[in-house]
Amino acid sequence: MLFNSILVRYGEIALKGKNRPEFEGQLKRQVQQALDMANVPVDQVERAYGRIVVDLGTAPPDALARAVQAMSRVFGIVSFSPAVRLPVELENPLEGVAEAAWALVQEEIGMGSPGSLAGRRPRSFKVDARRAYKRFPMSSLEINRELGAALLRRGIGLPVEVHNPDLTVSVEVRQEGIYVSTREYPGPGGLPYGVTGKAVLLLSGGIDSPVAGWMSMRRGIEVVGLHFHSYPFTSEEALRKAEDLGRVLARWAGGKFRLRVCHFTEVQKAIQRHVPEELRITIMRRMMFRIAERIAAQEEALALITGENVAQVASQTLESLGVIEAVTQMPVLRPLAMFDKMETIAKAKEIGTYEISIRPYEDCCTIFTPVHPKTRPRLAEAEAAEEALAASVDIEQLLAAAVDSTASTELEPLPE
Amino acid sequence: MTLTPAGVESLVRPAEIGIYLDNSATTRPDPTVIEAVRRALEVEYGNPSSVHRLGTAARRLLDESRRAVAELLGVAPEEIIFTSGATEANNLAIFGLARQWRSHRPPKDLGRPHAITTAVEHPSVLEPFRRLQEEGWEVTFLPVNRHGQLDPEHLSDALRPETVFISTMWVNNETGVIMPLSAIYERLNRWQERFGRRPLWHVDAVQAVGKLPTRPRDLGIDLLSLSGHKMHGPKGVGALYVRRGVQLSPMLLGGGQEGGVRSGTENIPGIAGLGAACQLAARRLAGDPEGLHLRKLRDTLWRLIEERIPGVIRHGPTAPDMSAPHILNVSFPGTKGEVLVRYLSERGVFVATGSACHSRRPEPSHVLTAMGLSLDEVGSSIRFSLSWENAEEEIVQAAAILKEVVAEIRELTGWKPGRSTDL
Repeated sequence: MLFNSILVRYGEIALKGKNRPEFEGQLKRQVQQALDMANVPVDQVERAYGRIVVDLGTAPPDALARAVQAMSRVFGIVSFSPAVRLPVELENPLEGVAEAAWALVQEEIGMGSPGSLAGRRPRSFKVDARRAYKRFPMSSLEINRELGAALLRRGIGLPVEVHNPDLTVSVEVRQEGIYVSTREYPGPGGLPYGVTGKAVLLLSGGIDSPVAGWMSMRRGIEVVGLHFHSYPFTSEEALRKAEDLGRVLARWAGGKFRLRVCHFTEVQKAIQRHVPEELRITIMRRMMFRIAERIAAQEEALALITGENVAQVASQTLESLGVIEAVTQMPVLRPLAMFDKMETIAKAKEIGTYEISIRPYEDCCTIFTPVHPKTRPRLAEAEAAEEALAASVDIEQLLAAAVDSTASTELEPLPE
Repeated sequence: MTLTPAGVESLVRPAEIGIYLDNSATTRPDPTVIEAVRRALEVEYGNPSSVHRLGTAARRLLDESRRAVAELLGVAPEEIIFTSGATEANNLAIFGLARQWRSHRPPKDLGRPHAITTAVEHPSVLEPFRRLQEEGWEVTFLPVNRHGQLDPEHLSDALRPETVFISTMWVNNETGVIMPLSAIYERLNRWQERFGRRPLWHVDAVQAVGKLPTRPRDLGIDLLSLSGHKMHGPKGVGALYVRRGVQLSPMLLGGGQEGGVRSGTENIPGIAGLGAACQLAARRLAGDPEGLHLRKLRDTLWRLIEERIPGVIRHGPTAPDMSAPHILNVSFPGTKGEVLVRYLSERGVFVATGSACHSRRPEPSHVLTAMGLSLDEVGSSIRFSLSWENAEEEIVQAAAILKEVVAEIRELTGWKPGRSTDL
């Protein structure tokens, strides 16, 4: 394999002041973990100032593609480049660099290989050097000029284009080595998984909630899923769907995703029996939030996450959101609050949850879906309905039983 | 000659599993069947094409099974072709006839070839016909009336000189309707008298074999499909009766087994199991040719449901000559079939729904829809399908559980007699 290392760039972490060493350490561990899971043998993962460098050593030729996929799922990475790492030579400093750069360029030109250049043969190029190691005898500009000239001499056959070249030969001069690369892959951005703390995601089988979970994970939140299961009103397949969504999210979570499954049937039956039809959804959501808050306490989580989207359905009007959220003291995070449905769908397709979400199994049986739910419930109405409910059933006992029934599964990534 | 020693007992008693009323989906393999399969795997594992003693022993087993199937149908053993099941048998019949026609079409071109079937066939018949349509065939899908019954007049109207073959089921798998085969036979005979030839006739008899006397020669049926696992045999085996003289173009080419119509080393364990199942069915039918035991159970179940559960609607005709003895299809307005099935399953009663409950794209049963039922009726329908293994106590117990479960779901949906709920 031409490449012997991967140069990893991260953005926001660098701004995090005192937390920076911790975040960098976390990112380094997660890069290591992602590569292990992808079966990429790694000599070592090092932290170099402002970068993480993966030393691939003698990884087999097919490892690079797996490494690229694995790295594109590590939150916190802004971009990364497979690179050839050379020792720093202070005499004849560019000799080895020109050799390596020429080999890379030949691959890019010769193969018209797919990837960052979208399979198109490049029509212009430039050299983009950065000298972080100041004892290196040439400046960035000198490297650009001399390496460019060397490539032209060897017959690259492309004009130099400094503003918008098709092919960029990047050179990073660092104390520990010089990195030459021709490709830069985008990472998912955000913060390393888990550095922000933990939250509980209300995970239905729909399109929205897994996307909300993914976006929270990208902000460094460790996510625990909570699914409400109403068997026999909903099917085993509906549960299986929530599990598969969790298994997709596990791909971004270091290969593990915890799903809590709450048996919600008795709560739902009580609501169905004793709450006026138009308020059932409101009260159901309030019960779900109460249960979620208790599960969050068990998990030592700091917030709830939902896929709610302002005004998408009756339970998501501003009035409904307020009445529902009034039952919890916890912050309720709604990453999709202002999304357009098309944006959510595009994201769901991108992260691989869409095809699972559209499987035709209901997550909430239509038996429980009122024809005309109230779109602008008032808090007083909801509270009155719950008081009436309390006259017929012991709500506390119902909630406690539902919380007790909430099983926990550690899900592994869905195979691809 | 019997394929299994007598007195073999099953390790699991059916009662421990629950009350199984989904025998049109599949049946419990009979202990004699299991023994026949086991013996074929353990002892007679030779290839029937082999010349040595193990091969000839397997060949004998194959021949015995073929005779057992033929005897049940009252046909000659050479007229039986073993397949991997009824889906293959149906595909082989339809595509086999269509390709045969294409390669031996009459010199005088009669125009586009035409074929006829009904709107309520099993998908393994409907889909091949849709494929023929794509390949340029004209296909008529005959409608059924509110009871799921075919009007033979419609068949007469659909027949044309260029009709190559027709395919009609014997018993509908969702409603238990017995198709008017005698009347179809009559129409085909009249056609024969008028034109000197008639289209070939295939019958999917999966739900009829073993439940009713099924003798294709009495009705002039040219091809007939059956399935092992719907008659207490094993899964993965079925058979196609092909009347002597009817030519089929093979779908699977290879070693020339099954007279060259269906190549592939014979599935001896499955075939032995099917043979045992046919012998069992023949004994049952000999003792009760009218299916009185099944009919009595089915009628008891309906009587208990009708008496105890308000607002129920039975689908399909009730006259004995128009309904198979083992199937009962009922709508329970105010419930959803799928929820009812899961509820009953929790209580140890296993039944089926004809329609899938989909939130975005409801896919109601094509059979009940073809009968003109409302979405509400289709969505709340349940199919009970019985077997001679069911006992009267089970039926009584199932009806009692059903009553409780329907009442609980209806309480939740707020259903009242006389009020239609659109779920």
